[in-house]
Amino acid sequence: MAKHNQPQLDTSPKVSDEIRHTTCYMCACRCGINVHLRDGKVAYIEGNKDHPVNKGVLCAKGSAGIMQHYAPSRLRAPLKRVGERGEGKFEEISWDEAFEIATGWLAPIREKNPEKLAFFTGRDQSQSMTGWWAQAFGTPNYAAHGGFCSVNMAAGGIYTMGGAFWEFGAPDWDHTKLFMIFGVAEDHDSNPIKMGLGKLKKRGAKVIGVNPIRSGYNAIADEWVGITPGTDGLFILSMIHELLKAGKVDLDYLIRYTNMSFLVNQDKNSDEHGLFIRDSDGKEQVWDRVKNAPAAWDAKDVKPAMQGAYMVNDIACTPAFMLLADKYMADEFTPDAVADRVGISAERIKSIAAELAQVAFGEQIVLDRPWTDFRGQKHDQMIGRPVSFHAMRGISAHSNGFQTARALHVLQILLGSVEVPGGFRFKPSYPKPVEAHPKPHHNVTPGQPLDGPHLGYPRGPEDLALDENGRPKRIDKAFTWENPLSAHGLMHMVISNAHAGDPYKIDTLFMYMANMSWNSSMNTSGVMDMLTDKDENGEYVIPHIIYSDAYSSEMVAFSDLIFPDTTYLERHDCISLLDRPICEPDALADSIRWPVVEPDRDVRGFQTALIQLGAKLGLPGMVNEDGSPKFKDYADYIVNHERRPGVGPLAGFRGKDGTGKGRGEPNPNQIQAYIDNGGFWLDHIPESASYFKPWNMDYQNWAVERGIYDNVQPFVFQVYQETLQKFRLAAEGKGDIQPPEHLREQVRASMDPLPTWWEPFEQALVNKDEFPHHALTQRPMAMYHSWGTQNAWLRQIHGHNPLYVPTDIWNANGFQDGDWALVTSHHGAITVPVALMEALNANTVWTWNAIGKRKGAWGLQDDAPESTKGFILNHLIHELLPAKDDGQRWANSDPITGQAAWFDLRVRIEKTDPPPDLHSIPDVAPQESPVGRGPKNVEYGKEWT
Amino acid sequence: MHPAPSVIIFTALSGLGFGMMVFLGLGYLNVVVLTAFVFVAMAYALAGGGLLSSLFHLGHPERFLKALTQWRSSWLSREGILSILTMGIFGIYAILWIFMDMRIELLGYIAALLSIWTIFSTSMIYAQMKSVPRWNSAMTPILFMLYAFAGGALLTTQVNIAGWMMAALAVAQIVAWLLGDGAFAKSGSDMGTATGLGGLGKVRLLEKPHSGTNYLMKEMVYVIGRKHALKLRIIALSTGMVIPAVLLLALPPGHMIGLLAILSHMLGLFTARWLFFAEAEHVVGLYYGQR
Amino acid sequence: MTSLPQSTEKKLGLVIDLDTCVGCHACVISCKEWNTSNYGAPLSDMDAYGANPVGTFLNRVHTFEVKQDDKPAQVTHFPKSCLHCEDAPCVTVCPTGASYKRVEDGIVLVNENNCIGCGLCAWACPYGAREMDAAEGVMKKCTLCVDRIYNENIPQEDRVPSCVRTCPAGARHFGDFADPQSNVSILSAERAGMDMMPEQGTKPVNKYLPPRPKSDITSDITPALTAQSAETGGFLGWIDRTLEKL
Ligand SMILES: Nc1nc2c(c(=O)[nH]1)N[C@H]1C(S)=C(S)[C@@H](COP(=O)(O)OP(=O)(O)OC[C@H]3O[C@@H](n4cnc5c(=O)[nH]c(N)nc54)[C@H](O)[C@@H]3O)O[C@H]1N2
Ligand SMILES: Nc1nc2c(c(=O)[nH]1)N[C@H]1C(S)=C(S)[C@@H](COP(=O)(O)OP(=O)(O)OC[C@H]3O[C@@H](n4cnc5c(=O)[nH]c(N)nc54)[C@H](O)[C@@H]3O)O[C@H]1N2
Ligand code: SF4
Ligand code: SF4
Ligand code: SF4
Ligand code: SF4
Ligand code: SF4
Ligand SMILES: [Mo]
Repeated sequence: MAKHNQPQLDTSPKVSDEIRHTTCYMCACRCGINVHLRDGKVAYIEGNKDHPVNKGVLCAKGSAGIMQHYAPSRLRAPLKRVGERGEGKFEEISWDEAFEIATGWLAPIREKNPEKLAFFTGRDQSQSMTGWWAQAFGTPNYAAHGGFCSVNMAAGGIYTMGGAFWEFGAPDWDHTKLFMIFGVAEDHDSNPIKMGLGKLKKRGAKVIGVNPIRSGYNAIADEWVGITPGTDGLFILSMIHELLKAGKVDLDYLIRYTNMSFLVNQDKNSDEHGLFIRDSDGKEQVWDRVKNAPAAWDAKDVKPAMQGAYMVNDIACTPAFMLLADKYMADEFTPDAVADRVGISAERIKSIAAELAQVAFGEQIVLDRPWTDFRGQKHDQMIGRPVSFHAMRGISAHSNGFQTARALHVLQILLGSVEVPGGFRFKPSYPKPVEAHPKPHHNVTPGQPLDGPHLGYPRGPEDLALDENGRPKRIDKAFTWENPLSAHGLMHMVISNAHAGDPYKIDTLFMYMANMSWNSSMNTSGVMDMLTDKDENGEYVIPHIIYSDAYSSEMVAFSDLIFPDTTYLERHDCISLLDRPICEPDALADSIRWPVVEPDRDVRGFQTALIQLGAKLGLPGMVNEDGSPKFKDYADYIVNHERRPGVGPLAGFRGKDGTGKGRGEPNPNQIQAYIDNGGFWLDHIPESASYFKPWNMDYQNWAVERGIYDNVQPFVFQVYQETLQKFRLAAEGKGDIQPPEHLREQVRASMDPLPTWWEPFEQALVNKDEFPHHALTQRPMAMYHSWGTQNAWLRQIHGHNPLYVPTDIWNANGFQDGDWALVTSHHGAITVPVALMEALNANTVWTWNAIGKRKGAWGLQDDAPESTKGFILNHLIHELLPAKDDGQRWANSDPITGQAAWFDLRVRIEKTDPPPDLHSIPDVAPQESPVGRGPKNVEYGKEWT
Repeated sequence: MHPAPSVIIFTALSGLGFGMMVFLGLGYLNVVVLTAFVFVAMAYALAGGGLLSSLFHLGHPERFLKALTQWRSSWLSREGILSILTMGIFGIYAILWIFMDMRIELLGYIAALLSIWTIFSTSMIYAQMKSVPRWNSAMTPILFMLYAFAGGALLTTQVNIAGWMMAALAVAQIVAWLLGDGAFAKSGSDMGTATGLGGLGKVRLLEKPHSGTNYLMKEMVYVIGRKHALKLRIIALSTGMVIPAVLLLALPPGHMIGLLAILSHMLGLFTARWLFFAEAEHVVGLYYGQR
Repeated sequence: MTSLPQSTEKKLGLVIDLDTCVGCHACVISCKEWNTSNYGAPLSDMDAYGANPVGTFLNRVHTFEVKQDDKPAQVTHFPKSCLHCEDAPCVTVCPTGASYKRVEDGIVLVNENNCIGCGLCAWACPYGAREMDAAEGVMKKCTLCVDRIYNENIPQEDRVPSCVRTCPAGARHFGDFADPQSNVSILSAERAGMDMMPEQGTKPVNKYLPPRPKSDITSDITPALTAQSAETGGFLGWIDRTLEKL
């Protein structure tokens, strides 16, 4: 037959004129991207194959970067409010005028009372710089968003093992054989987790997903545990019960690498009851079971006892391990005792515990890598227990989250699976023991910098941010008896406290990259009222609001002065080791963003604007002797700023010759060096240092060389947490810094030195028949909070959101497709569309997070589905709990860290008639758009086709 | 399937037009030239008009000539070529008839044959769609032809033939509906085979790939209520076939009656054709949770 | 022309692993991003910022729930693009010859210059793998990134479809099914690769790997751990014995 005739194709068309390597910022994962430019426009964005974070892959958000960069919602110039707050009426002004207004507000504050500035940042990735600025300004009121995000996870990990899940570590994807993932829909390590799961699937390793909702990662898990929200602590402690009673814990590991052998004071009357026994030079003591005498825990060849009661200097004491064993082997933690509350059968709990033991101890892996520990002992192999864990907000966003996170770490440690092959591994610069972290600083001197970094990890009551009368020094009441270990501050309390003038009134609220009038606040409607509320003189109760955003968000409308930021492709940024680093367990790494395209609007990178503002305010470190600006812009700061001599924002290519790793004087060509290297710097850890990091001398020495810390500091895991016991002692009336009476019992109960569990606060307070169900949100993988909505491609995937309802509730209400429900919490009610989901905890409803939008925001048309049908759960969640019997309303947060308890929400759900216009309720009135509205149709790339 | 007016008009009118050509070609209707002219014009108007309206649902009507190239494989291509050929041959036949008063039988037969073939290939555009089980049946060409013959006979005033054709059509239409209702189930396609997950349990759609709609859903996932459909079927059957048949067979022929029969049949024809599309379920609906 | 080739030299296509796909939509957007400014007309988005945004996509991810009576339900993410069928009905119905299957590699393409936008091919496709672009009036479909996989302006290791290169979980694999030794042939053989709607007789080239059994649904239980027995001193006895060995 005749040759099959078909058109001739050019299969090698031109792809682009140029590729520029930078760092994605469609979310906080910070993947490396290759930006293809064509005629000066962004034509295609793909993952950077050499990049440590994503190794070439890219998520939906990352690929949608084009639509973000060219979004019609981009702010164009500094804005000055002309209408009322919330209306969205603005006039565009010059940067000079913007700085004039800002300095006009801020200079007087700094002179008289710096605390009247509250500076808080959200999705920010330059906290080491913004914090440094706030410190120079002198206000104690600075924090990033961690308080409403996942501080329970961070603090729980730092206080236990000097590092957390979050972005501070990762499972050993290449070796682990059993992986348990608790309460994760997406997490910050968006791509690495997906890549890791892919590796496990390839090897056929088992994945167990613990989550009330079987979607995403949990959908591909080989076993799903549809736990009842807020009960993971019980589940974990019950598995610990099973392991202990069967003797399936790694005793050798506990002795070598944890404080389980430390002797704990058992004398109830002692002021040091529950603290470690120390010798004259403060060394914690263990009982040497061979010499039958006390000894320093790290003495040479010491053979610590792990059980028994001893007397040391006439003080009764016992190894911490005994306290742990006694606590968890008690009947209250048997699977049968907890099964009903956690919603998992006792049989299943026992099965999973047995499987963990089987894999950890039956399938141990051995790498032939010699290494030397801090005691000087040489090991010719690295022996690993190939079970690993990961967890995020499903655990931390509850009022019992800190102790639950601790419980999970204790489980990992008992199995001997932290920092071992096949287990959980830290990413440098972690692990860092609590001792290596700063304490909170809050001492204000008008006109002067603060006495130190704002945020840190208190070691005891003496580190709380309280004045002589015991009143909070910070506007967010961080580091007070209400939440002593609030290491990330409490951004979610700032607006309500500032509005209430409690603990004091402020003058200017300065925020960056946080949509606080909408999806990042609890009680959204209430917050909008607080932001617009006026006093008797007709002045706004919160006098001034300065805000930096890149897009026309909901928060913009509530601000008086706007610093318009660039998009992530138009500015310099640095992802710094001083911040939340992008390192991998095997390598030190940091990276930059740089203007791969020039802004076409009168906008400035916020950090540049902040440095320029700082110079105008004459802040120390930002001006030279003669008062002239020290840094031209952020790029200048990135290259030339030094935190400690030789240590700056970027660790790579330091020194005049650019060969310095971690340490070295500033290198004028550093940024170009990063650009030439693909936008990042990577430095591999020596093989002999790759595991056992906290105790591995090769790692310790390497870390000092790289400037991670200044002297080697091996440490043992704080399974038994002394700091917590110190607060508990105070609550028991010991010591001279005492909690207020109404908090005494809460402090005593929550500050348990060993992980414990309590019923989530809201659940414990509300009538369970009145509010029988749990209500949750999840991150959609293809949306980033509020800001994916302005994206023409992503909004087609998630343009509106239903409330997913499990089978029983669905049938009980006689729901049909297309029905609507009235959902009521102790705080409010919303009317929203429902959809059936069967693979769901029988007592839980949920929806995608942050899909609902306010009309007029984001450059969308007023009838955009996001603002008609779409909704946010935040209207139902309050920053305060319902009143207790004593009439007091306590914070809806973890009593230890102050983490917002988003997922404690309890609701009632009833079928209701669809709203006539099919708009979900509340139907918030529109805001005006300072940027107009997007075009009708888009045909991106037409000029090239 | 989405019942697009352009396609409904196209298939209905061109069917009638070519139906008339069949009868005119077969030598029915011995009338004076002038009347003949009217009927021929009518046939052309219907066939041509139908074809023209079919262009309206094209993304690029200006390229329609390209559609004539694939007669080897494509029924749509064949339909295009045949309709042009038919109109050509019939044209010559008609000109000779009207202007020279010569009615060349052979030529007429050829024209008639081509008309039938055209109608058949139109029907095959739909009948060939395995993806639309209701269409994918011998009943589709049978229906299209009967509609064309019945309508053609009626419009060429062949009262008796038309009457009996209407009766036959009614039967065929009922059979087609009944078979059609079971066709999807018989096709063997369900959400299980569509996803390959059938072996694991009962499959249901949890989340569409996008919260809005898309081309496929607009074009192929058209849903009409059972009750609604039944009403329309009754209307189609009664107005389209039963009433005309009765008028034609039971009552004395006459212009008024004829006109009534035509109007009634047209109403039924369009209703039935609307249903032909609206009731046809495409298997792609399975990916969007339909059935 | 729209008669199908008797046979094709290669059978290029995708293996999609339903056991690994987390439903992240990365492949969807990467596909859109690549194709809107490459092969043929752009992929338009109508009413892009309004009430009813409708865009053209060549790859979409559905999510299904599967349930047996008295068992927990399971969820599967289901990416769907053109399966480059061997007996492609979308090709034979095309009146213009715009729709065709390449003889060298079996890729099914639309030659947009010849496309009159009649939509018949989309009707003929059982899988919904073709979408008419509302702005351009031509039929769009997965090109298997024919302008990437042979593209000399792209580094060798990147000459794979955009969706495959980007997939974070590694759930998408590209290769030649005509070669029994290829990655895709082997994967599909080892993991019982499935055809979608085989009864439609389209002989899809793309294969889907089924989800592995879930132990909470198959109700697998690991026998509970046994407590240290009292005779041997229970838990404390165990501690002593263990410390002995250290
Ligand atoms: N119901 C419920 N509510 C929640 C959560 C939940 O799980 N459930 N999660 C909480 C958590 S953990 C968090 S972290 C918060 C997140 O909520 P937010 O911190 O508000 O984060 P986003 O909404 O993503 O973005 C905040 C602002 O950053 C702006 N922005 C984007 N890019 C840039 C840029 O380049 N420069 C500048 N200057 N601005 C930019 C966006 O336009 C947006 O206005 O939400 C919280 N809210
Ligand atoms: N694509 C995308 N990625 C993001 C973000 C985004 O907006 N979009 N946001 C980023 C931010 S700011 C953060 S903080 C991280 C958060 O990352 P995640 O922690 O994954 O955030 P969530 O979506 O809140 O997921 C919480 C999960 O916990 C489950 N859960 C709720 N309560 C419980 C419980 O009691 N027990 C258990 N076991 N599970 C529970 C929920 O079902 C949900 O699956 O994601 C980051 N990454
Ligand atoms: S995960 Fe996605 S959005 Fe986040 S940085 Fe990586 S590519 Fe960008
Ligand atoms: S990118 Fe991969 S994991 Fe994500 S949806 Fe597509 S196939 Fe599934
Ligand atoms: S999947 Fe559809 S479009 Fe692709 S070849 Fe098969 S039939 Fe044609
Ligand atoms: S739409 Fe284009 S490709 Fe499809 S059948 Fe019609 S002409 Fe052929
Ligand atoms: S192969 Fe190319 S065109 Fe096809 S789905 Fe993947 S990215 Fe899209
Ligand atoms: Mo967060």
